[in-house]
Amino acid sequence: MPAKKINTPLTDQVVESLRAGDNVLITGEIYTARDAAHKRMVEMLDRGEKLPFDLTGQLIYYVGPSPARPGKVIGSAGPTTSGRMNKYAPRILQAGSKGMIGKGEMGAAVAEALKKYKGVYFAAVGGAAALIAKSIIANDLVAWEELGAEAIRKYKVKDFPAIVVQDCHGGNLYQEGVKKYQRA
Amino acid sequence: MREISVKEIISKVKDLCIDANYNLGEDVEKALKEGFQKEESPTSKETLNQIIENVQISKQGEFPLCQDTGFAVVFVDLGDQVFVKDGNLFDAINEGVRQGYKEGYLRKSILGDPIERKNTGDNTPAVIHMNVVKGDKLKIIVAPKGGGSENMSEVKMMKPSDGVEGVKEFVIDMVRRSGSNPCPPIIVGVGIGGTFEKCAEMAKRALLRPVGDRNPNSFYAKLEEELLEKVNKLGIGPQGFGGRVTALDVHVETFPCHIASFPAAVNIQCHASRHKEAVI
Repeated sequence: MPAKKINTPLTDQVVESLRAGDNVLITGEIYTARDAAHKRMVEMLDRGEKLPFDLTGQLIYYVGPSPARPGKVIGSAGPTTSGRMNKYAPRILQAGSKGMIGKGEMGAAVAEALKKYKGVYFAAVGGAAALIAKSIIANDLVAWEELGAEAIRKYKVKDFPAIVVQDCHGGNLYQEGVKKYQRA
Repeated sequence: MREISVKEIISKVKDLCIDANYNLGEDVEKALKEGFQKEESPTSKETLNQIIENVQISKQGEFPLCQDTGFAVVFVDLGDQVFVKDGNLFDAINEGVRQGYKEGYLRKSILGDPIERKNTGDNTPAVIHMNVVKGDKLKIIVAPKGGGSENMSEVKMMKPSDGVEGVKEFVIDMVRRSGSNPCPPIIVGVGIGGTFEKCAEMAKRALLRPVGDRNPNSFYAKLEEELLEKVNKLGIGPQGFGGRVTALDVHVETFPCHIASFPAAVNIQCHASRHKEAVI
């Protein structure tokens, strides 16, 4: 199955064309955020404040990389478990983000938000962290350096490998895939 | 008595931390490649392909297999004829971990206190399990364990009347509930018997056996095969995307048991099954 090449920021049209199970290669910029950064972003949005970067059309990558060797942009950088961001993801999608990259199924409220705001949830392969690192060509701090490993960073990526797992049409690879292959 | 200097132990532990995080065991790599052949789901085939490619990239020594380079779990078999000189054995292991995680550019994932949650900054302390054995050798196994799969583990104090069927149900249910979380394809470690903590330790030790290895007791060897088949019928597949290859293997370890007790433990390992050993 050939991979679909997509570019960030994502448009509604691209999001609508993606279906659970599609292989994609993402090129452009993606933003990193984990638990602490999400908490802060949602608090700011709720207070009506402006975020330190423009979320419109952007993807958030849930990641905590290993240290970069001298001369390297980054260390290994596979996805972390997305379920921890269930509480925050709908608000981030409402604010204009087009989706996220992580691993593991996200909750029902996130699935609803993906439909409502036209977003898409991609999984990167957990434990394919060295392979993923090769697709990251720049890595810059965006905000909240004091959060250390949880600061918001911007990665420039070229052909970042991912799989559509929850789409804007209600498709869910985790549920459909397991149903298809389970045997009594 | 044979003397072993802590310097030698520090250096070995350091090397093992780095080796384990960059070089996946050949048994696991072989099982991943066989899984690729067996897998029917195109998405999951592509997933296994990425995992296998990742193993090759990591071997070049610049990027560890996974960004979660784990809790350093260290198993020690100390010969009763060995005298550790110039320092303390556990301090030496921790120093080796400290140096290995620094020099290997490995992620520091250990928090000094579970509630306060401040990083210790050097991935220590290690979790150390030690046995004293006969002889004049010191065997050290370093097994870095990631958080995602470790979280999908449980000890269950079952009733003796639950029997082997109860164990099967527990193991299958644990894998089903874990779904995509422990980064399948997984290796399942099962402990049966002993006490609460002995059972959990056996489940972890079971993960050290090579993939494809069977329990020497034929009853438990058959149980391992049956559990593997049942787990792979769940359809979870690589990364939970649906497919045939949910587990690469199931290993069962047992220990004598109290008349009133029947503990069982499941410890799940992701496909980055990292463990390296050295004998000094």
